[in-house]
Order: sequence, then C-alpha cells, then structure tokens
Amino acid sequence: MIDIGLGHYLTLGAVIFSIGIIGIFLNRKNIIVILMSIELILLAVNINLVSFSIYLGDLSGQVFTLFILTVAAAEAAIGLAIIVVYFRNSGTIRVEEIDKLKG
Amino acid sequence: MIAHAIFFYVFSVIAVVSAIMVTVSKNTVHSVFFLILDFISISCLFIMIGAEFLGMIMLIVYVGAVAVLFLFVVMMLNVAQQKNQWFVSKDSSRHIPIGLLISVIIFFELIIVIGGWKYKPDLFDSAKSSLENGVSNTHSLGQVLYTDYIHVFQISGMILLIAMIGAIVLTFRQREGVKKQSYLKQISRERNEGVEVLEVASNKGVKIDD
Repeated sequence: MIDIGLGHYLTLGAVIFSIGIIGIFLNRKNIIVILMSIELILLAVNINLVSFSIYLGDLSGQVFTLFILTVAAAEAAIGLAIIVVYFRNSGTIRVEEIDKLKG
Repeated sequence: MIAHAIFFYVFSVIAVVSAIMVTVSKNTVHSVFFLILDFISISCLFIMIGAEFLGMIMLIVYVGAVAVLFLFVVMMLNVAQQKNQWFVSKDSSRHIPIGLLISVIIFFELIIVIGGWKYKPDLFDSAKSSLENGVSNTHSLGQVLYTDYIHVFQISGMILLIAMIGAIVLTFRQREGVKKQSYLKQISRERNEGVEVLEVASNKGVKIDD
C-alpha cells in the first residue's frame, strides 16, 4: 500500500482507459465529449508508456509518448474542424441526429 | 517513500474523479474544465516519477492548446445549453448497459494482465540514476530524440503540418461582399487611368466625380 510500484501506475492507466470507453458509449449529447473521451484513452496509454519507461530505465517510452502527444493534438484539431463544418452544414452535433450515412 | 505514496494517491484520485466527471457532466463546458484538471494531475504524476519534460510538455500542449481549442469550439457552437439527456431518451439508453459491460470487461482484462506480473518494488531507482550522472531528463531525451528517432520526429512534424493545413482548408469559408486588397491591381495601375489633366476655367472650378 505504501510502496508505490509499477502496478499502481498501470492500474491508474487501466481505470482511466475504462472511463474513456464508458464515456464513448454513455454519451448521447454531443460529439465533442466523445473526442474528449478519446483524449482520456490516449492519456491512459501515455501513463502506461511513461511508467514502463521509468521502470525499465529506457527512454524510448517517453519518446513514444511525445509522438502520441503529437498525433493526439493533430487528431483533436482535425476532429474539431470536422465538427465545426458539420455544425455549419446541418445545425446539430447531437450524436443521435448524426445519421446521414444510415449506419 | 510515504510522501510519494500520499502524493500518488491524491493525484490519482483527482485524476479518476475528474475523468468520471468528464463523461457524466451535464454541461460540456464543465467537461472541458474537468479534462483540464485531469491533464494537470496526470502531468503532476509524470513530474513526480521523473519524467519532468513530458509533464511540462503535457501541460503546455494539452492545457495550453488542446483544451483551449475544445473550449473555443464548445463556446462557438453554442452547445452548452443542450443538456445531457441520455437518461431521458429511450432510444439511446439501450446503449448504456452494453457500453458498461464492454468497459468493465476491458477493465478486468487489463487488471488480470497487470496482476499477472511480478514487479520489483523499487520503481524509482532508475529515475534517480539518470540524475546521478549529471544528465537531466530533458537532456537525455533530446539525445535520444534527435539521433535514433530523427526520422520519426520529422514525420511527426509533417503530421502537424498536414493537420494544420487540413483544419484551415476544412473551416475556410469564402464570403461574399468582403473588400480585399489586391496587390496586382494596385501595382498594375497606370498613369493614364489614375491621373487626368483638366483645363480649369478661371473662377468656375471643375466638377469631379460625375
């Protein structure tokens, strides 16, 4: 309990990952919160990579975390741009009303 | 060691609670604020275990750029008034048990994988060892990043450039009736269309702009 090891950090990552997945399924309001849940999932992955990097004394994990950060920022920018364009065209971003593809 | 445990539990409890609040909050603006709080506490954890460069970059990139971008879009699209109604709508509430089931299954799978290993308890000796060499985390990260991973680094720069161009192209809108400066028109203006020589009659003046 007192000795914080690798398992504690991995458990924290697992909890945040699961909360992100719950957020994707649970949220019916607007698609921005789904993007935020994806950010939470990427954050959980970052926690795992950094804690393993510290644990093994290998810097590759932190380098990969840097690249995940890059991709997450690009994904957020593109996703929000798509949402803005969709809102401008259809006037809503509620998840249940986005059904143009009939999926 | 005990201080480390206390700080770990404080920051992780804040992180988990704010992650839950991101998903269940009724107001989207509140969700963005809880996302910011989540990123701040996780970056505190990163700084605590010795990855201080990543913690700071996390603060700068997420809190400084991504969260502000989210907040900007939420406020621009005016969706903050639309309350979260996933309990009311019958059609959507049937997704909730499936989502809970899937995430609980994934959580227990992860816990089984984590618990199946045996870890040595001294996690942070390696974090101290890099400092004992007199090389900071940022320095050693730069030494790896600009040598072994230089191609990946440049490709990630290309990804950022393409994302920037894509976001601009997607949201760019040509509007009617906006006056713009045209350098070509300004430069190609000649003397004979700009200046006119008039014979001015005495005591009468001329009428321009007819």
